Amino acid sequence: MILYLPYAVAVWVFLIGLYGLVTTRNFIHAVLCLSVMQSSTYILLLSIGFRRHAGAPIWSQTTPPGSPSVDPVMHALSLTDIVVGATVMALLLAMTMQVHRKTNSVDPRRARSLQG
Amino acid sequence: MTDRARVWVMGLSFVPLAAFLIWGISGLNAFGFYPGPYGDIINAIGDWQRHAWNMATAVNFDYRGFDTMGEEYIMFVSVVGVALILRERELEDKSSRTTLAESERADGVGVLSFVLLPIVVVFGIYMALHGPNTPGGGFQGGAIVGTAFLFAYLGSGHKAFAAIGKTEVVEPLEALGALAYVGIGLVALFLGDEFLTNYLPLGTAGNLWSGGTIWAINIAVLLEIGTGFLLATGEFLKEIQPPE
Repeated sequence: MILYLPYAVAVWVFLIGLYGLVTTRNFIHAVLCLSVMQSSTYILLLSIGFRRHAGAPIWSQTTPPGSPSVDPVMHALSLTDIVVGATVMALLLAMTMQVHRKTNSVDPRRARSLQG
Repeated sequence: MTDRARVWVMGLSFVPLAAFLIWGISGLNAFGFYPGPYGDIINAIGDWQRHAWNMATAVNFDYRGFDTMGEEYIMFVSVVGVALILRERELEDKSSRTTLAESERADGVGVLSFVLLPIVVVFGIYMALHGPNTPGGGFQGGAIVGTAFLFAYLGSGHKAFAAIGKTEVVEPLEALGALAYVGIGLVALFLGDEFLTNYLPLGTAGNLWSGGTIWAINIAVLLEIGTGFLLATGEFLKEIQPPE
């Protein structure tokens, strides 16, 4: 059971971010909640690639090529994930400024076109 | 929808979603017992095939290089989007703009910022150049270089930042970074190989020059990400520009 705890943490971080996104009253807060949700994918990816008693997939004089190592593909995917997260945040924050300029508010409830 | 109804709908849908996710993770391998095989294959062949010692960089810029090209263009499109959205304010009357008076800065902050700025820029370039060997790479180095210029804003305000991040200079550089990635890949086609084949001399693993095109693509990404961050932060900073 304890061996599945890191995955459970990823699920918990995802759900807590989703809770924030649903109950948010501020677009900036919503963008940050989305970022929290995305952080769960880093935890999940890196947990999947982890291996006991193994080092980083980076060789050096002390850890020559072929030393026990975790999965580098997951590290590469996490890097992609982080870059995509940063770009999405930048774009969403710019949109938040645009909403504020048009409606003088950052409350999603006041943005008419977004009301469900 | 009222707040109360919103919370109820969320509560009802959270239970099946949580159950679904927990069912999903229960099918994974136990933590710490990665079964392979892809990572193990990369770890086994990365050194002799590509002369690179950082396997994550080797995956990103060589084995999975085509995907990383898309990743770089996501960054490019995002910066263009930020600039397009925020520059709309230049068409509006200036009275609606948020203004913030330029505050006085302590001398110590100014001096420290201008000492740290070049050091952090050099550190970012170092991160990118050593991407094939040590933790780092073009994306990490670019993020450090691009945000280092915020020290200019911290030290002496908008004018210094605008002088460094001149859009006429930074925009072509960003385009060049995006073009260089495709250019490096296209050269392989002219040599009769597949797109993004590693055709440069591979060098010695562990030295500065190693990994062939991995190294070259790291420089292209450094240029693209560094200037991209500089442009995006510049656009956001213009939002709080003091009145002329």
